[in-house]
Amino acid sequence: MSTATVEEPTEVVAAPEPFWTRQRRLGLALILLGGLAAAVFGALAPSEDARFTLSENAEGAALSINGQYGAVLFGVLALVAGGALFAGLLKRWSNALLSAGILAFVLSFLCWQVAGEFMPLVDTTDGTLQLALPLILGALAGVLGERSGVVNVAIEGQFLMGAFAGALVGTMATSVWVGLVSAAVGGMIIAGILAVLSIRYLVDQTVVGMVLNLFALGITGFLYERLMQPDAPTYNTPPQMPEWRIPGLADIPVVGPVLFEANLLVWVALGLVVVIHFGLSRTRWGLRTRAVGEHPTAADTVGIRVRGLRYMNVLLGGVVAGIGGAYFTLVATGSFTKNMTAGAGFIALAALIFGRYTPFGAFGAALFFGFAQKLATYLGAIDSPVPSQFLNMLPYLATLIAVAGLVGRVRAPAADGLPYIKG
Amino acid sequence: MANDHIDITVEPGEVHALLGENGAGKSTLMNQLYGLLQPDEGQIIVNDEPRVFKSPRDAIAAGIGMVHQHFMLVPVFTVAENIALGAEEVRGGPLGWLDRRRSRRDVIETSQRYGLPVDPDALVEDLPVGAQQRVEIVKALTREVDLLILDEPTAVLTPQETQELLAVMRSLTAMGKSIVFITHKLKEVKAIADRITVIRRGQVVGTASPDTSEEELAALMVGRAVSLEVEKSPAEPGRSVLKIEGLVVDDDRGVRAVDGVDLEVRAGEVLGIAGVQGNGQTELVEAVMGLREVRAGAVRLDDDDLVTMSTKRILRSGVGYIPEDRSHDGVVKEFSVAENLVLDMYDQAPYGNAFSLDLGKVGGNAKERIEQFDIRCQSPATPVGTLSGGNQQKVVVAREMSRPLRLFIASQPTRGVDVGSIEFIHSRIIHERDQGTAVLVVSSELDEVVGLADRIAVMYRGRVLAIVSPDTPREEIGLLMAGITGDTPEGEK
Repeated sequence: MSTATVEEPTEVVAAPEPFWTRQRRLGLALILLGGLAAAVFGALAPSEDARFTLSENAEGAALSINGQYGAVLFGVLALVAGGALFAGLLKRWSNALLSAGILAFVLSFLCWQVAGEFMPLVDTTDGTLQLALPLILGALAGVLGERSGVVNVAIEGQFLMGAFAGALVGTMATSVWVGLVSAAVGGMIIAGILAVLSIRYLVDQTVVGMVLNLFALGITGFLYERLMQPDAPTYNTPPQMPEWRIPGLADIPVVGPVLFEANLLVWVALGLVVVIHFGLSRTRWGLRTRAVGEHPTAADTVGIRVRGLRYMNVLLGGVVAGIGGAYFTLVATGSFTKNMTAGAGFIALAALIFGRYTPFGAFGAALFFGFAQKLATYLGAIDSPVPSQFLNMLPYLATLIAVAGLVGRVRAPAADGLPYIKG
Repeated sequence: MANDHIDITVEPGEVHALLGENGAGKSTLMNQLYGLLQPDEGQIIVNDEPRVFKSPRDAIAAGIGMVHQHFMLVPVFTVAENIALGAEEVRGGPLGWLDRRRSRRDVIETSQRYGLPVDPDALVEDLPVGAQQRVEIVKALTREVDLLILDEPTAVLTPQETQELLAVMRSLTAMGKSIVFITHKLKEVKAIADRITVIRRGQVVGTASPDTSEEELAALMVGRAVSLEVEKSPAEPGRSVLKIEGLVVDDDRGVRAVDGVDLEVRAGEVLGIAGVQGNGQTELVEAVMGLREVRAGAVRLDDDDLVTMSTKRILRSGVGYIPEDRSHDGVVKEFSVAENLVLDMYDQAPYGNAFSLDLGKVGGNAKERIEQFDIRCQSPATPVGTLSGGNQQKVVVAREMSRPLRLFIASQPTRGVDVGSIEFIHSRIIHERDQGTAVLVVSSELDEVVGLADRIAVMYRGRVLAIVSPDTPREEIGLLMAGITGDTPEGEK
C-alpha cells in the first residue's frame, strides 16, 4: 500500500462553518436585550436609590445604587457580554458570558423596578427557593423516569395526590412525618399506574400521563368536597413542617437564614439533586438507567432487566414527586384545596426539559422559574407597571425557546417514551 | 414456525458457518442460543450439560457471546462504558460506585491480548462501523466467552475490513474459541469456515465442507440451481438522461453528506454506485428524488430541472424509484397489494379521479401485475405487510415499472430479499435497461453492483472517488470504497 493514501477526513467533510452559529445567535439576542435594557429601563427608571437590603425587611445594611444609573450600567454590561459572544471572544467561557449577560439584564430590570423602593434580599432568595422546591422535586422525578425511557407527564397528578395524602393522613395521624410518608406513597401510586400501563401494557405514555393528571384532579377534588371540606378539623388541618436552625451556619448573611434555618424539604431537595447527579453519572444503577433510556435492546443483550429497572425508576420518581406534593400542604399552606398545585407539575416538566434532563440543569431551571414567580409577587407588592402575568408566563416561554432549539439542542434520551418490546 | 427441529453442534476451536437466506431462521436460532428467545422444544447443551437460558445473562454465564447484526452499543456512551455495561466493576458495596479505572484497564488489556485496537475513551457514536464492531467483539471477549456468535458481521464492512475480521476470527479460533458465523455470503463462508450448516425455511437442509463449490452451496441454500451471475448483453448507451452537477446535500443532522458529486447516466445503461453504507448514497438518491433539500448543484432529467420539482412531479415525469427502506418508504403495509400497486397513480385515470377510485380498474391492474411480476400472494386484497420481503419488493418494482420511464432508480433493490426474487428483480432491471431506460443502482453489496452495472461510481465520504468498469478487480474497488486511491502522491501515510 505504499503508493496508496487514505484521504484525510477533514479535507473531505470540512464544510465552511455557518455564519449564524449558536454563539452568534445568542450574542445577538443579548446585544438586543442589553440595548433595550440600557435605553428603555434606563429612561423609565427614576433617578432614586434602589436599595437591596440584606434582611427580610427595610432594616439594616443594604446594597444601594442609583436606579437610573444602575439600569443603564447593567444594560451596557449585558450588551458587552453579548458583543463578546457575537465576536467569538473568550470562546471557552461562552456559557459563563451568557450567564453573566442574562444576570446583567435581570439586574438592570431590577434597578429600574426597585428605584425609590427596597428589595429585601433574604426574603427574595428564600421565596425563590421555597417556590422552586416543588419544581426541583418534580423535575427530579421526571429525570428519574425519562432517563430510563419513560415519559412522565403525570408529575402534576403526583403532586396533587402527594399533597392530598399528606394533608389527609397527616391530619388524622396528627404527625407531619406520617403525612410526609403518605405523600410519598400517594405519588408512588400514581407513578405505579403510569408504570404498569406504559411498561406492561405499552399504552402511549403521554396520553396515560395526561389521563392520570385528570384522574388525580378528579378524585382529590371529589374527596376534598365530600370528606375534607365538611369536617376540616378532622381531615384537613395537617401539622406543619418545623423550621430547623443550624446554629452558627444560620448566622451567615443572606445564605444562612435561607439554607440553614429551613424545613427538611429544602435539604431533601438539595440533597437529592446531588445524589441523583452522582447516582446517574457514577454508579452502576446510573449507567444501567441511562443505557435503558438510550438503547434498551443493548441493555437487554448484556443481561440488564429493562422493564424491572424502568419500574423501579418510575416508582422512585413517584416518591420524589409525592414529597414535592407534600410541600403544598405541609409547608406552604396549612390545608388542602381543590387543584391547589395549579399547574406546578407542568412547570416542573418545563424545568426538566429546560434543564436538559440533567439533575443540575433541572435544579437551575427550577430556581430560575421560582425566581420569576417570586419576582411576580414582588412586583405586585410594589405596584409595578409591569404586569406580573408576564413573569408568570416566563417558564413556558423559556421552555418553548429551549425546545425550539434556539439555545443549542435539547437532546432527550433516545428511547424516551418508547415502550420496550422484547425480541 | 421459524425453526423446525434443528440440530447443530459446534466443536471447540472451529468456525461453524450458518448459511441461509434472509428469513431462513438463522437469527432466530441464535437468539435462542443467546437467551433472547426461548425454544418451544429441544435442548441447548454446553460442555455436555443441558442448559436453560432465560435471558442473555444466563447465556453469558455459560460462556456464550454474540455480536448482533445491528450493534448493541449505546451511541452516547464511551467504549469503556459500553463494554462495562451489565458487568460493571464496582466499589463501595451496595452503592455500586463505578470503578472506571478498572473498566478502562480491562478494555485495554483485552484489546491488547486479542490484537483488537479500541480506544476506551472514544464515544461510540464517533466511531466508524468497523471500529464499533471491534468494540462489540471486545465486549464479548471481556466476558470470557468460549463461543462467539457473529450475526452477519460483514454486512457493513468494506472488503478490506472484512479481510481484517476474518483474520481476527482465525486468531480467536487458534486461541481455542469457537465461532458461529452467520451469513449469506458464500465467498466468506468458503474463506473461513471449518464446517458449514445450511438452513432453509427453518430446517437444516445439509452440512457441507468449505471446499464445496459456490454453486452447490447456493443450490443448497435456495433449494434449486441458481445462477449467481446476472445475465446481460453489453449495454448500448444512448443520449445522456440524468445529469448531476456539483451536487451538495446535507444529512438529517445538518452534516454535509454529498459533497460535490458529478454523475451522468445515459439511456440504456446501468450506472452502479458502490460504497460502504453511510457515504452519502442515501442522501444523493433522496436529493435526486426531491425528498431532500439540495444545498448546491444541479440535477437535470433531459431538459427538466429536478431540483425545483416536487417528488410527485418527478415520479410522473418518468422516474421510477425503489427506496432503500422498503417497509418505511416503499409500501404501506396495512394496505392491500392492489392498493399498493396504484399508490403512485391513485388520482389518475384510469384508476380514479379527484373524488373516487375505480375499484374495478384497481383490481384488474393488480391481477395483471401479480401475474406479470410473479408476486406470490393469496389475493390482491391481502395486506402487503403479510408478504415475504421478496414479494413486497416485487410489489414495489411492479408499481414503479408500470409507468413509462426515462429513468429508473433502485436503492438497495434486493436487501432482505430471497435469492429467487433477487434473480427476478435483477432480470427486470436489466430488461428495463434494454428498453432504453437510464438506470441508477445503489447497493452496499458489491456483488450486486458489479453484476448489474455497466459503469461503477465508487462513493466515499460524499464524493465520487472514481468511475470504473465492472471488470475492475474487486481488490481495487474495495480499496476505493475505503477511500484509498492509487493516484495520490506518496508519503502522506
